[in-house]
Amino acid sequence: MRLLRLFPDDTKIPFMKWRKYSFMFSGILSVLCFLAYFTLGFNTGIDFQGGTLIEIQTKSGPADLQHIREQLNGLGLGEVQVQEFGAPDDVLIRIVRQEGGDDAQMAVVDKVKGVFGETVDYRRTEVVGPRVSGELAQNGILGIISALAMIMVYVWFRFEWQYSLGAVIATLHDVVLTIGLFAVAQLEFNLSSIASILTIVGYSLNDTVVVYDRIREMRRKYKRMNLLVMLDLSINQTLTRTTNTALTTLIALLALFVFGGEVIRSFTASMLFGVIVGTYSSIFIAAPILIFLDPQLAGDKSAKRADEAEDAEDAAAEKA
Amino acid sequence: MLYFSRWKVTAILLTILVSLLVLVPNFLSSDQIKNSWPSWLPGRQIVLGLDLQGGVYLLYQVDTEDYKAKRLKALEGDIRNVMRQDPRVGYTGLGTQDDTVQLRIRDTQSYDEAAKRLNTLLNPLNQGVLGGSTVTEFQLDQQADGLMRLTFNQAGLQQRLAKVIEQSIEVIRRRVDQLGATEPSIQREGADRILVEAPGEKNPERLKNIIGQTAQMTFHLVDLNVSPSEAAKGNVPPGEVLLPSKEADGQPFVVEENPLMTGEDLTDAQAGFNSQTNEPIVSFRLSTSGARKFALVTSENVGRLFAIVLDNQIISAPRINEPITQGSGQISGHFTIETANDLAVLLRAGALPAKLSVAEERTVGPGLGADSIEAGKMAAMIGTVFVVIFMISSYGLFGIFANVALLVNLVLIFAIMTILQATLTLPGIAGVVLTMGMAVDSNVLIYERIREEQRQGRSPVTAIDIGFQRAFGTIVDANITTLIAAAILFEMGSGPVKGFAVTHVIGIVTTMFTAITFTRLLVAVWVRRARPAHIPL
Repeated sequence: MRLLRLFPDDTKIPFMKWRKYSFMFSGILSVLCFLAYFTLGFNTGIDFQGGTLIEIQTKSGPADLQHIREQLNGLGLGEVQVQEFGAPDDVLIRIVRQEGGDDAQMAVVDKVKGVFGETVDYRRTEVVGPRVSGELAQNGILGIISALAMIMVYVWFRFEWQYSLGAVIATLHDVVLTIGLFAVAQLEFNLSSIASILTIVGYSLNDTVVVYDRIREMRRKYKRMNLLVMLDLSINQTLTRTTNTALTTLIALLALFVFGGEVIRSFTASMLFGVIVGTYSSIFIAAPILIFLDPQLAGDKSAKRADEAEDAEDAAAEKA
Repeated sequence: MLYFSRWKVTAILLTILVSLLVLVPNFLSSDQIKNSWPSWLPGRQIVLGLDLQGGVYLLYQVDTEDYKAKRLKALEGDIRNVMRQDPRVGYTGLGTQDDTVQLRIRDTQSYDEAAKRLNTLLNPLNQGVLGGSTVTEFQLDQQADGLMRLTFNQAGLQQRLAKVIEQSIEVIRRRVDQLGATEPSIQREGADRILVEAPGEKNPERLKNIIGQTAQMTFHLVDLNVSPSEAAKGNVPPGEVLLPSKEADGQPFVVEENPLMTGEDLTDAQAGFNSQTNEPIVSFRLSTSGARKFALVTSENVGRLFAIVLDNQIISAPRINEPITQGSGQISGHFTIETANDLAVLLRAGALPAKLSVAEERTVGPGLGADSIEAGKMAAMIGTVFVVIFMISSYGLFGIFANVALLVNLVLIFAIMTILQATLTLPGIAGVVLTMGMAVDSNVLIYERIREEQRQGRSPVTAIDIGFQRAFGTIVDANITTLIAAAILFEMGSGPVKGFAVTHVIGIVTTMFTAITFTRLLVAVWVRRARPAHIPL
């Protein structure tokens, strides 16, 4: 049986040559993400904003969203969002945080139930008070920052600080892009979004560490090889692994996205995006950025100008 | 790397066997486990989260301000009492402001006597056996002009509040236990919150109602000389208050502020029926001291009304027809069977020491839960099938090894979930599916490495040996970084999100285990049997 290979053996893709473009691409994209974040903002869910979320299912045929909206607006609860949720008879209602304390929030569900009575099935209700929502947001941000910090320490401990910084920059890049996705696509940003960002952080680092691991091994083996060549070689050697792992993960996530139900759709959507970005960043950001951080080249201008092709041949000769 | 000692092989196979055994009860109904599954075998099933089996998640905020206000009010009363003792100490301006009760002593000569009496009210709290020093709840601040201030002592207050939370949890537990049916988990969350999770709860409204009431029951004498309408205008005599009725159309009454008795004097309460009217009632029994008090008061006030008050609302106001000396009585207040039952539960369990408010509430209906389980199963199955196909087409025979390891991995994850009684949620299922995607990563790392080594001209056995060895370090480094992120998520997350972190963390650990033991074992057995001249990678 012929086995499936996505790339031929011994690829010599000159990733380092593309670094100018990839840095520029990522830089512009990151700036755009920030812009999107500041102009469009997040579609913050009730977890971080407080408020009420009610999912109902009509008992007789497709729901009349317009009618439901009118009924709810009659309650005078402020801004009310009504949208179809996965199926025509499934409706998601979101109501903004009410003035007043916790009790005012809790009263909302009863008011809504008063409107629909027994004509619908209440699939879920979620009410988050103002105090809790603030804390949830704070904890989320704290979680992401402490994850990055701890991983930085671990990578520093296992590798060198240059790698640690590189890994964190690449991971931050993924976080920024994912945040951009939330802003541009206006996906609901809630507690599970924090979970998805943390998972992306974990995945992206996993990927980066595998590439770094190879670079470290090469550096020990070929002490005098030019850094650019070595980086290229390391990425090429781990390329099949990087893509195969990304593919199996994407397959699993795609199954979740399609069949896993509406409740976790934005969770899986952002993770799908994150895995792609994370894979891209380990190849095009994490490895090339070592050029700026690695001491081998920091003070040695001549090495930078060294003929890459020649060094590559050297490496090939040494290998053989 | 390819040699396995006999005991190692046994250990690996035994782990898998035990895991399989642990899993079996998950496929049985609870009746089958009870009747036909041997009791000496593990009989636990995986705990399904609220989002999968339906139920309610309630986060309560203990109102510490309410507690403080109550304490300060009681302190004010105590101050009045000690100053009234013989010889009387004159004072003015007794009042509460923020965390302080203050008063001004009139007479310079009484300063020391007043301070001495106030010192008895500071309420020393026990620091525990080993603590040695004691902390008082209040501290006294005495000024030259006779102004005396009693303020909460921060350390003492914290200790009291901790106690309040503890007591609240106790009370909630007693209340909920008496409802039967589901078994909610009740735990402290942070400094001043209580989390109640009731999976499978069919009637969340009733649960909320039972938990949320303070249920402070008091008996007051009614003052019929002041009409409620007059009192509503603000003409309430000192020492009396106007209380509304619980019924929407019920009559309010002016009552004496000091209660005759409180719920603490009750020893038992039961729902029942009035033998004449057949109306639901709650009958109660008083403690010995409570009965004595009640007998005294009722004999002194025959003919008057007394109000039975729950959380500052009048349930009923019967007339005292004769002295009540037997230490029991009944409350009738337009109850239904259910409300009578609930009141009896509340009275038996006792009052909450402070008000509770719901800070966060999530309810999932059983319909959505069932749909989520279906969706999760579907996604997991389809995800597995495609990953399996991909691995076989990429790595052939070794792909099959990886797939067997993947199945073992799944068995281990769910077995550990069962043993730890960790909660499986929908994001948790997502965590499992994601783990499957990432689990093959270890195999991919190993196989790619073996392939590389073979292409560099090493013999199959050496290539496999070195492949496993070299890949091992990478696998550890890569997985530990992922583990850090997942562990933080576990630490900070709650509910469904925590469910995701749980399966993700367990998945990473089992993945490392299967990759470096089980897959290696499979490959080793294959190498020994097949003696390959070339590895098909």
